[in-house]
Amino acid sequence: MTDMTNIMMDSQLSRRAFLSTTGALVVSLAAPGEWSEAAANTLATRPPLKGDQLSSYITIEPDGTVVAYYGKIDGGQGLGTAIAQMVAEEIDVAYERVKVVMGDSGVTLDMGGASAAIGVSHGGMMLRRTAAETRRLLIEMASHKLSLAADALTVTDGVVHAKADRTKRVSYAELIGGRYLDNKVKWNGRLSNGLQVEVEAPLKQHTEFKVIGKSLPRRDLPGKVFGTLEMVNDVRLPNMLHARMIRPTVAGAVPVKVDEDSIKHIPGAKAVWIKDLLAVVAEKEWNAVKAARALKVTWSESKPSFPGHDRLHEHIRKAPIVKRELQRENGNFEEGIKQAVRVIEGEYEFPTQSHSSTGPACAVADVRDGEATIYTSTQKPYDSAYCVAELLALPKEKVRAVWMFGTGSYGRNDQGDATADAAVLSKHLGRPVRVQYMRHEGIAWDPKGTASVNRSRAGLDATGKVIAYENISKAFSRLDSNTRETRAADVLAGQLLGLPVNRSESFEIPVASYTFDHGRLGWETIPPLLERASPLRSTHLRDPYGPPILFGSESFIDEMAAATNTDPVDFRLRYLTNPRDRDAVRIAAESYGWQKRPSPRNDQKDSDIAIGRGIAFRRHFTTFIGLVAEVRVHRKTGKIDLLRYVCAHDVGMIVNPETLKHVIDRQLVYGTSRAMLEEVRFDANMVTSVDWESYPVLHTPDLPEKIEIVLIERPDTAPSGAAEMALGLVPAAIGNAVFDATGVRLRRVPFTPERVKAALDRA
Amino acid sequence: MAKLTLTIDGMSRTIDIDDPDMPLLYALRDELSFNNPRFGCGLGQCGACTVQIDGHAVRSCITPVSALEGRKITTLAGLGTPDKPHPIQTAWLEEQVSQCAYCISGWILTAAELIDRNPKPTDAQIKDALKDLICRCGTHGAAIRAVKRATRQA
Repeated sequence: MTDMTNIMMDSQLSRRAFLSTTGALVVSLAAPGEWSEAAANTLATRPPLKGDQLSSYITIEPDGTVVAYYGKIDGGQGLGTAIAQMVAEEIDVAYERVKVVMGDSGVTLDMGGASAAIGVSHGGMMLRRTAAETRRLLIEMASHKLSLAADALTVTDGVVHAKADRTKRVSYAELIGGRYLDNKVKWNGRLSNGLQVEVEAPLKQHTEFKVIGKSLPRRDLPGKVFGTLEMVNDVRLPNMLHARMIRPTVAGAVPVKVDEDSIKHIPGAKAVWIKDLLAVVAEKEWNAVKAARALKVTWSESKPSFPGHDRLHEHIRKAPIVKRELQRENGNFEEGIKQAVRVIEGEYEFPTQSHSSTGPACAVADVRDGEATIYTSTQKPYDSAYCVAELLALPKEKVRAVWMFGTGSYGRNDQGDATADAAVLSKHLGRPVRVQYMRHEGIAWDPKGTASVNRSRAGLDATGKVIAYENISKAFSRLDSNTRETRAADVLAGQLLGLPVNRSESFEIPVASYTFDHGRLGWETIPPLLERASPLRSTHLRDPYGPPILFGSESFIDEMAAATNTDPVDFRLRYLTNPRDRDAVRIAAESYGWQKRPSPRNDQKDSDIAIGRGIAFRRHFTTFIGLVAEVRVHRKTGKIDLLRYVCAHDVGMIVNPETLKHVIDRQLVYGTSRAMLEEVRFDANMVTSVDWESYPVLHTPDLPEKIEIVLIERPDTAPSGAAEMALGLVPAAIGNAVFDATGVRLRRVPFTPERVKAALDRA
Repeated sequence: MAKLTLTIDGMSRTIDIDDPDMPLLYALRDELSFNNPRFGCGLGQCGACTVQIDGHAVRSCITPVSALEGRKITTLAGLGTPDKPHPIQTAWLEEQVSQCAYCISGWILTAAELIDRNPKPTDAQIKDALKDLICRCGTHGAAIRAVKRATRQA
C-alpha cells in the first residue's frame, strides 16, 4: 500500500513538474472523487513525438479505436498483426479495433525500422508496455469519474466497469476519445534499436492472455491477395518525373562525357548529371526506360582488377588483414592446443550473395521549399530520412520518411540507395521524382552479403574430449557499406557525389553455446575490392553473418563428432549446458526420428544414390533452433534432393503460432536458395550477375519436399526474434547430411551439382 | 500518336500511344494506374508483371501494348474481389501464403489459369505450372499447398 502511494505521488509530482516547466497546461491535481473533465490530464492535440511521451506510442480515437505507433516496419512477415495482438492484449480493446501505424517518421518514433529480427522483442514490447500504461491511466481516470477505487475496476473491450457491477461503466472513448493523454513514460533517451521505455503498469501474465498466442490471420493479406494494397511503386504525385539511373559497365568508372543528343528523339527525356551521379528523367516511365538504354556516355577508364568469383576465396586467404578481433576467449587456446594429442582443422567458403529482391528498388521523393518527403519501402525509413537530410543539407526534422509496403528487402538492400537517388534528383529538378531501378541494378548494384572463409581448429585429448576450439572468419567487413544507411555516404548517391566514405571494420563470431575448456572465437577483415561506389560493397544481408559463420562452425562441429566417432546429436549435447540449447537439439532430433550412430553411414558405398541426415544448431539472442535435414545425393551428377527438414524452434513467448510457423517455413525455403544456388558472379571489371539467369535462385522444382516445424512453447519467457534465425542453419544441415550420406564434406556454398560432383570425385 | 482501346478488368480504357512497342506493363501502370502488375525484371523471367490475356497468364513487361486491342486483360484485382473471390484467392488467404507479395500477380494469375483449365492438377503439374516464377520470400511451398487446397474444394 505504501509503495502504491509512493508511486502515485511520484507520478503526480513528475507530471506537475513537467507541466510547470512547459507551461502548456495548468492543471490542479484533484483529489479522488473530485474529478472533472477539466482536470483530466489530456490535450486536444497530440503532443510532439518524443520517447518519454506516452501519446507517441498509443492514442485513442474518438470512437475508441486504439492506434499503436510502431517505429519499425513489416517486411512481409505479419508484424502488423502481431503488434496489434500485443497491444489489444494489454489495453483490453478488441483486436479488430487496434490500428497499427508503421514507419512514418512524421507520426511514429524512430524504433529502428526493421533490423535484427527484433520486431516483436523490441518494438512489440515497447508498445505492449505503453498499451498497459495507457490502460492503467484510463482506469485511474475512470476511478475518479465513477468514484470507485481503481482496483475495483476492470476493462472489457475498451469499457472500464466495476468488477461487481457492469452498469457502473465508462468507455475509453468517453474518457479520452479524440484527446491525448499527456503522460510521461520512463525513456532511456535513445532512439532506434536502443529505445527503451519503462512504465508503472505491470504486463499481463501469460495465464491471462486472450489475444496473444492466438493464430489470427494476417491483416495485410486480403489487400495483397485482392490487389487493393498500395505499394511504394504505386505512388504518383502531381508533376512527378520518372527517373532511371545510369551505371557504368566497369566498376569505378565515372561519366566524362554525356551525349544528350543521343536521347533527344525520346519525348521529354533528359539527362541529369551531378558530379559522378548520372540519371535520365522523362514525363512517361517508358520514355525514361528508353532514354536509359539510348543514352551515350563516355566513361572514365577504370581498372578495378576484381579477382573474379572463381578466385575470390583465394583472394580472401591472401589479402592483408585490416582488423583482427578475438571477440571471445575463454581459457587459453594456445596452451590448450599444445596439450592436444590430436588436432583437426577445417575450412569453409561462403560466396558473395545479393539481396536480389523480387522488385528492384523503387522510391519517390518530393523535395521543395526546404522540406523533403520520401516515400520508401526501405526497411530503415528513419535512417534513410537522416541520410537524405545530410545529402540535401536539410535539418533532420525537415525530412519525412513515409514507409510503405514494397518488395521484401532481406536486409539492407538497394531501397535506401534508390530513396537517396530520388531525393537528390528531386532537389535538383524541383519536381517530385520516382526512381525505379532496373533488374541489373537490383542484383549487380545492391550492397552485398559478404563472402568469407571460415576456419576452425580443435584439439582433442587422449579420451577424445575437445579441449581447445578456435573459429576465425576472414571476410570483407559486413559494414563496408553501413547497414544503417544513416549517413550520406552510406548510399551510392553520396559516394558518387564525392562524400567521404563511411566504412567500418566488423564481422562476427558464432555464439559460444558450446563449452570447451579453451576457446577462441574471432574474425579478420580485409580491404574492400573497390573503395567507392563498388557494386561489391558489403553490408547486412538477411541473417547478416549467420550463414557464412554457421556453415563453417556447425559443419566443423560435425567434423569433430566424426573424428571422435560420435553421433552428431550426442556430440553437441556433450558440450551444450544451457537447457534451451539442449532442448532445441534434442527436440529437433526426436521429432525427426534420429537414430543414434556416428556419421557417415558407410552402408551405401556401392550405390549411385546415397541418403543421409544432418543436424545443425544455433542460439541467436534468445532464440534457440535445431534443424535436421535429410538429403538424397546422386553421386553421378552431384545433384542433391532435399527430402525433409525438421526444425525445432524456441522463440520464447509466441504471439501468433501459425504466422510464426509461416515465417520459419518461408525462411527455410529462402535459406535453401542461398545454400543451394546463390552466388554473385563477377569478372575483373564488373558483377556479371545481372538477372535471374546469371543469378540463379530457387524455383518450385528446387523446393525441399517436406518441411516440419516444431514450436517449443515457453509462454512465461520474453519473446525473442524469428525473422532470420533459422535460415542460417540450412547450409550446415545440408552439408552435414551430405557427409552422412557419402562421407564427403562440402566446403563451399552454393552446393551446385558441379561443385558437389567435384567434391565427390576428389574423395 | 495513335489511340488504342484496351479492355481491362471489364472496363474499357483508351490511351494515346506514341510507341507501339511499349510493353503493356507501362500502359497499365503509368498510363492507367492498374498497379497490380509490378516491374520485376523487364525480361519475362520472374512473373511479377503478370496479367491474364483471354485467360492466359502473360508477362506484361515483354508484351507490346499494340497487340492487345480487343483482347480481354485481367489483372489481379479483376480476378476476384473479397465478395466474389476466385477460388485460388480464397485458398491463398486460407493458406496465408504471401509475405511481401510483390510477386503475387504472377503466382495467383498463373495458378488461376492452371485450375481454371485443369481442375484436378497433380502435384507435378502444379510444381511445373509455377516453375518459372520468382519469389524471394520463399512462399513456393505454401503456394503449392494453396493450389491443392483450391482444387480439393473445386
